[in-house]
Amino acid sequence: MTAASATRWTRKDLLGIAELFPEEIALILDTAESFSEIAERPIKKVPTLRGKTVLNLFFEASTRTRSSFEIAEKRLSADNINFSTSGSSLEKGETLVDTALNLQAMAPDLVVIRHGAPGVPQMLAERIEAGVINAGDGAHEHPTQALLDAFTIRRHKKRIAGLRVAIIGDIEHSRVVRSNIHLLTKMGASVVVGGPRTLMPVEMEKMGVDVAYSLHEAVRDADVVMMLRVQLERQGRMAFPSVREYFQLFGLTTERLKGAKDDVIVMHPGPMNRGVEIASEVADGPISVILEQVAHGVSVRMAILYLLSGVHDEVA
Amino acid sequence: MAKNLTPKNTILDAKQMARIIRRMAGEIVESTKDSSRLLLAGIRTRGVPLAEKLAAEIERMEGVKVPVGVLDITLYRDDLSTIAAQPLVKATHLPRPIDGCVVVLCDDVLYTGRTVRAALDELVDFGRPKAVRLAVLVDRGHRELPIQADFVGKTVPTSQDEVIEVSFESTDGAEQVRILERKPQR
Repeated sequence: MTAASATRWTRKDLLGIAELFPEEIALILDTAESFSEIAERPIKKVPTLRGKTVLNLFFEASTRTRSSFEIAEKRLSADNINFSTSGSSLEKGETLVDTALNLQAMAPDLVVIRHGAPGVPQMLAERIEAGVINAGDGAHEHPTQALLDAFTIRRHKKRIAGLRVAIIGDIEHSRVVRSNIHLLTKMGASVVVGGPRTLMPVEMEKMGVDVAYSLHEAVRDADVVMMLRVQLERQGRMAFPSVREYFQLFGLTTERLKGAKDDVIVMHPGPMNRGVEIASEVADGPISVILEQVAHGVSVRMAILYLLSGVHDEVA
Repeated sequence: MAKNLTPKNTILDAKQMARIIRRMAGEIVESTKDSSRLLLAGIRTRGVPLAEKLAAEIERMEGVKVPVGVLDITLYRDDLSTIAAQPLVKATHLPRPIDGCVVVLCDDVLYTGRTVRAALDELVDFGRPKAVRLAVLVDRGHRELPIQADFVGKTVPTSQDEVIEVSFESTDGAEQVRILERKPQR
């Protein structure tokens, strides 16, 4: 690790990786390391957040992230309440600000929010006293995913600094890639993004990463290969002719990993499209750490919930 | 050492500490019928070197290697909602299942008893030990909970303006126990 861990957490919210210092990232990862042991206990629960209320607001579909947060909250003994789009007041015409004020009136301690529009978690954070955790806002950020990815990388490589990380796929629609670029470059890794030109936004070069337009070029000398889901549902226009063609050009197979380092690991934030961005032989193979990512997600989210639930001075 | 603390006197030097720990190890062995069921659990931070030293003495006396675990009680503290920022959490590690074991909790100083309460709560999340005992190097009084130690190195009457500072070679680079006095803040 390049950055020593900060000794204390001072922020009310976790809205994105962009604003975090490397020491804060290290503090979250180190704290998550301590929490990971709880999953192996006979009683997987600690009383730390007893009496705290956490609202999980999911305005977009989510299985992994939502259940991961729920498990993390329950293992910390917090009380949680789940809201999802269907049946919520937003569908009945309430504005987001009114929703926020109503939530504030219920005096939760923490709010976990996923929303299709970038900036919604921040808007909420400015209006309510509770700590806000961004669980994904549009194509902006998904900080907890980047943190659990970093945790997984650190478990396998013992460090982040100096690694070559290739992130490949639908870069344009991915919030995971933005959070990951911020995190990995802050922690001293070198990042290359790869994908078809039609899914490669122009701002990528400004984010301090290399850009590759072929899979072969992207995976060269990589310590970590992170495949992104092709977000078929987010595409207004067809960015590639067919799923079969996408797989032929950008689908990860054992053969196409040959240019990477011998001890490369393969990651995927899920849900996977087998046979689109990744072949089953890789996803289920020995170098895949995809299910570990899911397990680590609980420890990382426990660490974040714990750190944000403290009493904060108005420093951040 | 915090800035507003000044050393008052040294209560134990390295030699005296070693002698006391040897005596405590003897008492632990004497009180336990089957030393193969013993498990020493050090409470972070300075309960850990105490547990390790006790284990080394027991091994020397009995030829039995007693497993040593580490408890971090942070997540079980009763003051989390009142202190400023969340304290750092470090890992808890118990080397074997504790069911049926005689667990000896080890800590450097016994004061209010709140740390021990938290450690007891944490321990039961790992299983059902046959018995739990408490070993402390210094008992300084001022209990706020009905908790007493089974094995005490030294009882030191203190005032609440004083701080007991226990140093171990492995954590602090010296072996001694000192009383420090809190100076009034100006």
